[in-house]
Amino acid sequence: MSVIELEAPAEVRPRSRPQPSRTRGKAWQRWLSPIAVIAIWQLASSTGLLPPRLLAAPATIAATAADLVQSGVLPTAVGVSLQRVLLGFGAGAAAGILLALVAGLSRPGENAVDPIMQMLRALPFFGLIPLFILWFGIGETPKVLLVALAVSFPLYLNTFAGVRGVDGKLAEVAHTLKLGRAALIRHIVLPGALPQTLVGLRQSLGVAWLALIVAEQVNATAGLGYMINDAREFLRTDVIVVGLLVYSALGLLTDALVRLLERRALSWRRGFLG
Amino acid sequence: MAARLPGVTVASVRGLTKAFGERVVLESLDLEIGSGEFIALLGRSGSGKSTLLRALAGLDREVSGELAVTGSVAVAFQEPRLVPWKRVLGNITLGLDAPVERAREALAEVGLTEREQAWPLTLSGGEAQRASLARALVREPDLLLLDEPFSALDALTRISVHQLVLELWARHRPAVLLVTHDVDEALLLADRVLVLDEGRIAHDSAVTAPRPRHRDNPELITLRADLLTALGVSPEGRS
Ligand SMILES: Nc1ncnc2c1ncn2[C@@H]1O[C@H](COP(=O)(O)OP(=O)(O)OP(=O)(O)O)[C@@H](O)[C@H]1O
Ligand SMILES: [Mg+2]
Repeated sequence: MSVIELEAPAEVRPRSRPQPSRTRGKAWQRWLSPIAVIAIWQLASSTGLLPPRLLAAPATIAATAADLVQSGVLPTAVGVSLQRVLLGFGAGAAAGILLALVAGLSRPGENAVDPIMQMLRALPFFGLIPLFILWFGIGETPKVLLVALAVSFPLYLNTFAGVRGVDGKLAEVAHTLKLGRAALIRHIVLPGALPQTLVGLRQSLGVAWLALIVAEQVNATAGLGYMINDAREFLRTDVIVVGLLVYSALGLLTDALVRLLERRALSWRRGFLG
Repeated sequence: MAARLPGVTVASVRGLTKAFGERVVLESLDLEIGSGEFIALLGRSGSGKSTLLRALAGLDREVSGELAVTGSVAVAFQEPRLVPWKRVLGNITLGLDAPVERAREALAEVGLTEREQAWPLTLSGGEAQRASLARALVREPDLLLLDEPFSALDALTRISVHQLVLELWARHRPAVLLVTHDVDEALLLADRVLVLDEGRIAHDSAVTAPRPRHRDNPELITLRADLLTALGVSPEGRS
């Protein structure tokens, strides 16, 4: 309580102190607790409190990461996994967006597509893995398909909502400006649906990585998931942690990419949203 | 439309009826708009002016009665309705056949040259309204439908935009249907002033005074009193 009482007047005080130094100070403070956790972790490992067969020491993990990069094992694994995600994401995004346009742009389209999509959405798609293996074997196809399936739903749902949410008044404007159907879709419907589609894009990238991890756990002879599974057999917790870190780094990277894309594509809203 | 063609109509409306559920907004309305004619449409808020314009623009198919519009139509809506993800210039050129220079000229005419590359969401209310007006004017239609296009403009800008609309009208001679709440504005600009009331044209008077007109023209003073009565307002100066 006393903390809150002490800080409250500071908020009201005019900003005489330069803002940047204050925020920089705060950013630095945010690093303290993670660093402390790593330090304690390292200490526990060094003293033998935390045996490496449960969790490797941070220093070991760093060294292993460097080894894996140098030997080319990690780059190759990342390349394989990245390819799966890209193929699956590309196919799933194309299908999701295309179906959303079919459903969004016409009633017959909606009647044809939407019930099926809603039904498929209710399926626990990780539960499909056994079927996928029966149908497509254990090669690349089931993994790519699982990613594609996972990606297509968020994009479908959001793009469909986006298309339907386009302001009818702008469609009237398009009509009075004599825009044909193709021009209406290009200049009004697609840009109007874009903000919602980008929301779907971020969601779908999140599930894309998740689907990949699940698919690679089941069976794989290459890729990050294979590297992790292989490490498990030899109790190499350091390799497992490196694999997990790479997964999350890739996830963060794609999220940052989408955010960059959002800032570019939605710059027309910036003047309004600040 | 090089010259005014007397006796030729661009729009002809017979027995137009429009109801929203139980609420009848237009009831058996008749209206002829002659080619090149400048008409001002007055009426209380909610009397159905925008509804009539929407029908003339072909935006409302759920009306009964006869409605024939010949030639091209351009609309400036009551709200500016700029496409938010197109810059101001892009809004003007959207669906426009003419070269981009024409769009730039139109923006210059409404005083928006500086804001050509601005996003619509960053425009002031009056700027957005002028952009919307430019988007309609640049199309040089046979029938120009303007729904309160000056409502967000300050008095000075309003005068210059009046001038602009009159000049464009003199140059291309479109028929104009201008919705306004301002009786003086109607009298200064139009050849014919209509009052919409109870779903039909309740009052229709010609204004013959030559332009540029002045408020204290005796014809305008008489008409103003008539119009205010038709609008259900007691004319000023009545004892
Ligand atoms: N889509 C709609 N659904 C139901 N009622 C409507 C709809 N559009 C208009 N109305 C009603 O029809 C009537 C006429 O509306 P309209 O917009 O034509 O009025 P207006 O004369 O343009 O008024 P203002 O001067 O305030 O713009 C109003 O009572 C309005 O509430
Ligand atoms: Mg209106």
